[in-house]
Amino acid sequence: MATTLTPPQVTAPAPTPAAPQVVAPRPVTPAYHGFTSWLTTIDHKRIGILYGTTAAVFFLVGGVEALMIRMQLAVPNNGFVSADAFNQLFTMHGTTMIFLVIMPMSVAFFNFIVPLQIGARDVAFPRLNAFSYWAFLFGALFMNMSYFVSGLPDGGWFGYAPLTTRTYSPTERIDFWLLGLQLLGVASLAGAFNFLVTIINMRCPGMSLMRMPVFSWNTLVTSFLLILAFPAITVALILLMFDRYFGTNFYYAPNGGDPLLWQHLFWIFGHPEVYILILPAMGMVSEILPVYSHKPLFGYPFVVYATVAIGFIGFGVWSHHMFTVGLGPIANSFFAASTMLIAVPTGVKIFNWLGTLWGGSIRFNTAMLFAVGFVSMFTIGGLSGVMHASVPIDLQHQDSYFVVAHFHYVLFGGSILGLFGGIYHWWPKITGRLLDEKLGRLNFWLMLIGFNITFGLMHFLGVDGMPRRIYTYSPNQGWSGWFGLDWLGWNMLITIGAFLIAVSVAVFIYNVFWSLRHGEIAGNDPWDGATLEWSIPSPPPAYNFAVEPTVRSRDAFWALKRRWQAVEVGEHHGHLTMAGMPTGEVEFEEAHSSEEAHRAPVDVSSIHMPNPSFFPLIAALGLTCMLAGFVFGFGLSIAGAIYLIVAIGGWALEPTS
Amino acid sequence: MRYALLALSAAAVLAIAGCANVPQTTVMPKSDAARLIQNLYVWIFWMSVVVFVAVQGVLVYAMWRFRHRPGHAMPPQVHGNTRLEVMWTIAPAVVLVFIGIPTIQTIFALESPPPGQPMTIEVIGHQWWWEFRYPEQGVVTANEMIIPVGQTVELKMRSEDVIHSFWIPQLMGKQDVVPTHVNSLWFTAEEGGQYFGQCAEYCGVEHALMRMNAIAYDRPDFEAWAARQRAPAAPTTDLALEGAEVLTRNACVGCHTIAGTVAQGQVGPNLSHFGSRTTLAAGILENTPENLTRWLRDPQEVKPGTKMPNLNLRPSEVEALVEYLHSLK
Repeated sequence: MATTLTPPQVTAPAPTPAAPQVVAPRPVTPAYHGFTSWLTTIDHKRIGILYGTTAAVFFLVGGVEALMIRMQLAVPNNGFVSADAFNQLFTMHGTTMIFLVIMPMSVAFFNFIVPLQIGARDVAFPRLNAFSYWAFLFGALFMNMSYFVSGLPDGGWFGYAPLTTRTYSPTERIDFWLLGLQLLGVASLAGAFNFLVTIINMRCPGMSLMRMPVFSWNTLVTSFLLILAFPAITVALILLMFDRYFGTNFYYAPNGGDPLLWQHLFWIFGHPEVYILILPAMGMVSEILPVYSHKPLFGYPFVVYATVAIGFIGFGVWSHHMFTVGLGPIANSFFAASTMLIAVPTGVKIFNWLGTLWGGSIRFNTAMLFAVGFVSMFTIGGLSGVMHASVPIDLQHQDSYFVVAHFHYVLFGGSILGLFGGIYHWWPKITGRLLDEKLGRLNFWLMLIGFNITFGLMHFLGVDGMPRRIYTYSPNQGWSGWFGLDWLGWNMLITIGAFLIAVSVAVFIYNVFWSLRHGEIAGNDPWDGATLEWSIPSPPPAYNFAVEPTVRSRDAFWALKRRWQAVEVGEHHGHLTMAGMPTGEVEFEEAHSSEEAHRAPVDVSSIHMPNPSFFPLIAALGLTCMLAGFVFGFGLSIAGAIYLIVAIGGWALEPTS
Repeated sequence: MRYALLALSAAAVLAIAGCANVPQTTVMPKSDAARLIQNLYVWIFWMSVVVFVAVQGVLVYAMWRFRHRPGHAMPPQVHGNTRLEVMWTIAPAVVLVFIGIPTIQTIFALESPPPGQPMTIEVIGHQWWWEFRYPEQGVVTANEMIIPVGQTVELKMRSEDVIHSFWIPQLMGKQDVVPTHVNSLWFTAEEGGQYFGQCAEYCGVEHALMRMNAIAYDRPDFEAWAARQRAPAAPTTDLALEGAEVLTRNACVGCHTIAGTVAQGQVGPNLSHFGSRTTLAAGILENTPENLTRWLRDPQEVKPGTKMPNLNLRPSEVEALVEYLHSLK
């Protein structure tokens, strides 16, 4: 590991050391082609692409699950799917969208963008990074493998005990769910530690924390949240595992267990998890708004402090998911107040985003449309969130479609729109080609309209008293007080909205494949970007930066470009246009070494990069077998454990090149 | 007897009116407790509307006013404005005070002891039906909770198996029903009528069909109902008597109780006065002979996953049972 811990520098080609303790030879460098190269890659950009592609596939899986749910609910007493199938669908829709879509898609951007933004050549632990991905992939596949054994998990994404104990869920479905989640937890923790260390230690010279791009800041805070939140669910799942396998009674009430223990442990994880899902998107939007407004982020320190404040307060609000379980008025009042408090830093962010737009010169590229859509839709989700913070109101709204509407405004209107904005913004950096703007706009408007039909109308349905997670309803349960629409009317429109979202996703998929073949070549910097990733070629070379950059201000690449322009324009230009030098308060900072880089190219073949490795994949497979043994027989567990130990040994003893 | 029939037909009329009217909405409270929630909701709703209009208005105005136009000069590179930012940190906090204070007042109002002399009803959640016990009246019933108008009732709730949630929106917000915990809830129904509700916490395969309803009677009607429920009902016709035979011969008695008979099972709903209920199978079907026949022929077909097995009764047995059960009024 020693070589990968050292910040990469320009060095002479590393001499090949004689390695007497070789366990297995490392794959040939640079293994940049072919299938094997993807299995062994430890390049943060390629791991980012793997994460992104996997998350995109699961987005379609979770989307199909959602459409099936909507088909079933379109009319009362429908028989499109059975009760049992419906319960599997909503369980896996939630689990998939949270753990297999939004989280890994965010991690894809952490991987691809963060090292570029902080001027690093890779993450701190490249092999651990690959291990994170493989553990994630196997966890996701393992959980879904349940379908072929005893049906998909059906305990809800929140897996409330005692429903998920062996007594009430005797099949292996819940086992697949909990073991898969454990594996995903390992992947998330490893990834979070990696990004924490990377951001703390590997920023390029001059990049103090308060000069760091906001997306990287959000990655840092998200990493802290992951590290502090995941142990809680890990413990909860281990206790559940003991209840299910070894007859303990942590949650089984008749023998003295407490079902509320699960709820506390789950939500101590579960609420910070919400911020794990939204902070990366907030970071993306904080990058996108300034670039397309031609103005720096308004109140950078406030936005950073607000992000950190959200991270802290996010650990003190978990019981607002439990207002109906009977915690008593004191606890409920405390958690109502703490939940309302979190609206303050969130409001600060929204106002600072508005401040960023104010006085700018706004180009409405697709990325910008998604970012502005995020601000607008997330605000709605935030407002309904404040309503739920009010305990008495929550007594009516909890577990109704009003809550479903609320959190989709946060997780779809927030996270998903933010991630789409991020995809349109960084796609040219990742692939070297632009996505089509016309299709992009169609994608955006269809999604915005479909989204608001689907989830906007759910507010009405919830207030009309329709609970969540019911596979069917009767025609006489609804109320036709608003617009003459009863449950049938709302549900039918909601289903239509859901299919509109599906159409917009189809447009996006077409756009992606079209762009990969025919997209306009992007060049280094298609959007006049502010941060370092736009200063290097698209897609970036394996080593990212030919010369390690030095920065002296926030928005380092803007500062540098404007200095170049100032030199070109000269002093005799009185009136400066967009192409010229900015007026006002920007202090020009020279980025000497970057400028040097443009004048005197270095010999890039001399840049030492860590070599690919098979061991992360092998180790992740061993861990997966260990856990899979709980379903397929403990022999597999033992074999997996041995395999894992061998893999760790090989990993440790592997030669550096 | 005539009085009872009258009350029954009144209930039937109310049931039909209820169905056509406002079954499960949260915004038409019919109790003091639900009204407290509704008042708070209306207040916070309008506060949210003000914030919504302000934020979206600024957003849309900024997008239009500051859109890029050709030849646009590079905008001033403003980095922030501390005074403004401190202001908009404080502003939401102030708004939240106006939401927080009435919230906490209402929390304590709802969780304070019920006003006056409450009548207690024990609520027990089962997969997938509701049991109601009236310790003061000595009555046990299922899925249909009869309450007196103008009388505060306090529900003492627990679960036999997994977590459920008791929710009749027009009477009160929901309260989880948790094994080993006894949660309570009170409200005073303001007018007579039938109020629909259902389990609001995912509790397994038939969660969607774990429904219930409450019927509020005026005090005298309520007392009459309770008196009828206390007295064992007896079959009158020959076919009904045959049905009673069928019931005792079969596994029914292992799970169900019918007061005054050998059927004393505690697993399923108490059927002592089954004929007086408006719904069947935890509120999912109207309690008609046709629906009961369908249910008894194959419960799993009506409610897949229900704990009641298919007893493979002969059609003639089903017919007798239907007659018997409907005679238990």
